[in-house]
Amino acid sequence: MKKPDTLQGSLDLLVLKILSRRPGLHGYAIMTAIKDTSGDVLSAEEGSLYPALHRMEEAGWIGAEWVTKENGRRARIYQLTATGKKQLAAEEKRWHSVSSAINRVLLEA
Amino acid sequence: MSLWTRIGNALRGDKLNRELDEEFESHIAEAIEAGRDPVEARRAFGSHLRQREASRESRVAGWLDGLRADLIFGWRQLKRNKVTSAAAVLSLALAMGACVSVFRLIDALLLRPLAVSHPEQLYEISYEGPDAQGKLETYDSSSYPLFRKMRSAVKGNAELIAFTYAGRTDVTYGSDEEMEKAVGQWVSGWMFDSFGIQPAAGRLLTANDDKEQGKEPVAVLSYDYWMRRFGGDLKVVGRTFRIGRDTYEIVGVADKGFTGTEPGTVVDFFAPTTMMGAAITQENSFWLRTFVRVNRGVEIGPLRDQLFGVFHASELERSKGWKNMPGWIIENALKTRLELRPAAAGASGLQKEYGQALMSIGVLVVLVLLIACANVANLMTVLAAARTREMALRVSIGAGRWRLIQIVLVQSAMIAFFAAVLGALFAGWSAPLVVRMINPPDNPVRLDLLADWRVLGFGILLIVAMTLLFGLAPALRASAVKPVHALKGGDDPHARRRLMRGLIIAQVAFCFLVVFVGGLFATSFQKLNHVPIGFSAEHVLTLDTVTTQPLPPAAWEQMTESLRNLPGVEQVAMAGWPLMSGTMHNDFISVHGAPPSDTLAFFLHISPEWLETMKIPLLQGRGFRADDTNPSVALVNETFVKDFFPGENSVGQSFDLGGPPRLQIVGVVGDVSYRRIREAILPQVYVPFIGKDKTGTLQPIGDGTVLIRTTAAATPGLSALLRQTVHRARSEFRVSNIISQQELIDAQTVRERLLAMLGMFFAGVALLLAGIGLYGVLNYSVAQRQREIGIRVAVGAQRGAITRLVTAEIVWRVTMGVVAGTGLGLALSRYIQALFYEVKASDAAMLAIPLIAIAVVTVIATVPAVSRALRIDPAEILRSE
Repeated sequence: MKKPDTLQGSLDLLVLKILSRRPGLHGYAIMTAIKDTSGDVLSAEEGSLYPALHRMEEAGWIGAEWVTKENGRRARIYQLTATGKKQLAAEEKRWHSVSSAINRVLLEA
Repeated sequence: MSLWTRIGNALRGDKLNRELDEEFESHIAEAIEAGRDPVEARRAFGSHLRQREASRESRVAGWLDGLRADLIFGWRQLKRNKVTSAAAVLSLALAMGACVSVFRLIDALLLRPLAVSHPEQLYEISYEGPDAQGKLETYDSSSYPLFRKMRSAVKGNAELIAFTYAGRTDVTYGSDEEMEKAVGQWVSGWMFDSFGIQPAAGRLLTANDDKEQGKEPVAVLSYDYWMRRFGGDLKVVGRTFRIGRDTYEIVGVADKGFTGTEPGTVVDFFAPTTMMGAAITQENSFWLRTFVRVNRGVEIGPLRDQLFGVFHASELERSKGWKNMPGWIIENALKTRLELRPAAAGASGLQKEYGQALMSIGVLVVLVLLIACANVANLMTVLAAARTREMALRVSIGAGRWRLIQIVLVQSAMIAFFAAVLGALFAGWSAPLVVRMINPPDNPVRLDLLADWRVLGFGILLIVAMTLLFGLAPALRASAVKPVHALKGGDDPHARRRLMRGLIIAQVAFCFLVVFVGGLFATSFQKLNHVPIGFSAEHVLTLDTVTTQPLPPAAWEQMTESLRNLPGVEQVAMAGWPLMSGTMHNDFISVHGAPPSDTLAFFLHISPEWLETMKIPLLQGRGFRADDTNPSVALVNETFVKDFFPGENSVGQSFDLGGPPRLQIVGVVGDVSYRRIREAILPQVYVPFIGKDKTGTLQPIGDGTVLIRTTAAATPGLSALLRQTVHRARSEFRVSNIISQQELIDAQTVRERLLAMLGMFFAGVALLLAGIGLYGVLNYSVAQRQREIGIRVAVGAQRGAITRLVTAEIVWRVTMGVVAGTGLGLALSRYIQALFYEVKASDAAMLAIPLIAIAVVTVIATVPAVSRALRIDPAEILRSE
């Protein structure tokens, strides 16, 4: 298992958060959602999004299924699992504590 | 995703790849739909392959994926070295198959618990006391009165269960003509209850069936017999069968799986012990085996002491009634101790006779397996050596040490697995074959050779052990590769050779041991086969003949007369029983009015024609006449004369038995093997077949053995003709068994023949495998030292010097192996002395057998390598550098 770095940690958080609001998105939709909601500031590369999705799927945080769209193409859509919801809460908490800590450092320095 | 899906993903690699690709494709399609440039979208996405690898890693069980790759890779490697791999697999298969086969036999005979509830609570009473020579002997028979006393003494702590020794008896479900054989065992009525056995039909025996002598003629069939004889017909309950004059009613069938308590015998019917007749009241009649079911929490030690107390008191009481007995008998009887032997796996004569033999064959088989293992280890080392560069490369690009070990171990496991599959087939064929070999002709051994989880577990254990045994050393060596060294092309070749040479010592030592023990078995058998038996067994048939009720001697004479006229029959005689059948009668002898002898003499009732029929020489005096009757005259053997009338003319002398009547010696005959071929010749006394009682009237005879010497060629169908003729002579006569005298003799050396055959077989296999091992190592070492040898030749080394260079070390290792093997052999043979006959392990001749065999094999194995070394052309070698 690789060490979770902060960047990856935040990608997980973003994906989980997006899926908690809008379940049943496929990979491309998640990518665009990250881009749009962050006002084009954040962007997830395909090269890190899919490994992250598959890793979270393996960890049981998100579930996946194949659906057939109107145009006949199959797409793999993802949604949050119960474990994933707990994980999201934990990640959010961690994020808030880290970011407030960083803010404090920035203010005091 | 669960572990199972990940394992599944690893096994369905292609499907997973397709799914990943499809997801990526759909992503790109979305992007294009959203208005992005197709080429740009694709470029942004990057290489599918890289994406796939990254995602794959989280979607499959990594180690399994690696394992799959290693399996494919290992298979290709084995295929590339077809001949060597096949040799390794075959030799290992033979050894593993033999191992499993012997395990099945040992398990079925000695280890497998009986199909009863809590078999671990079962013990068998066994006695240990000195025999006439003061040697400790064990036996396990008790008398019924003793059994009763012991049972009531330990009531509450343990339950005692009595069994007769299971044996084949004549039973009939109809008339006398329809007699057939069935294996019967008379048991305590409460046995089924105590063993927790359920009926498959009807009811089982209970304590109530076993209360009064002769009152409850009931029987329970075994499931096996019920199926075999009646096809599982439920109507069998209520039917009757007859044994002698007793008619038994079948009341039920025991549950499947319970085949009695004697491994090697499958019991057909169980009847209560109280049907054994007068024997159940006789104190001097020892006919039953006793099982003890110890209650939970009861200590064995005190229980044994308690039982011993009862036994000892009973023996003391019994000995007071002994008159005219030599003192040592009473002394020894009182020295006898009582032991409780764990009997979870039952108790049988087969166990006693073959347990040790099987164990020693087991040891030989394990040794052969180790030799085969050493060969495969050598092969793996060579294979791994050829892959040094590849291993180094793997290490350089980041493979861990474990990964390298796994690669080699997977290959070893594959060899072990293939060998196990072949070995299982071999075991499936060979184990029943061995059981058939230990079958005496008239008493088939039936050993349940179940192929169940026990055998499977043993097989798996064997595969794992083998893999580690021959795979671990090469794997560790391969994994310790130093990339810089190896890629430069010059790692340390000596380390590898050291391992292989160490294996040579072990191989030679084990091979020596196997050949040594095999030689001892073979020599024992050969010596036994050449023991002079004192009579001619060739062309002699023995007919055990019974009558519905005792008939006057005249009827027996008429019957034998009618046999005499049959074509192909040369001579006909009568005797109480055949020689060497195991049946015997013995008594003490007292001469010149002295107290009875210390040694016992064997007795046999014979008709006048017996000596001639058996071709036993009459040395002095006369044989029996037609009008001689018992008790009056006797023939004695040479040993009898030597023991009781040394230096005297014995003909005309008289002697007494334990009591009157007095017998007069009318002739002296040659010594014969009376009961067992391995037994020293004892004094033998022959008395007339026809007897008179005290009032002088001829006694009717109920059973006897007709001995028939046929003309050289045995006529086919003679047995049937003999049966008919006996029955036709008088309808009361019936032949219950026909067996040739030779079969009776052969039956006594079955174990020795088996040991000799298996011993020689495994000796041959061991020599072959060791030879292959030697050849392989020598060949490899010559190939490795080509350069060195080439240079030596170039600077003028003679052929003799080269030969010495190549062989010196091997000869040295072989010598070390032989020395180790001799030490092991002498140590081991002490434990199996009982299986030898008149051979001593320390005999020079016995040690010479394996020594010569190994020397020959070594020479044969060395020749190719030496000639290869001598053919090395220095110019060619140096040119190729």
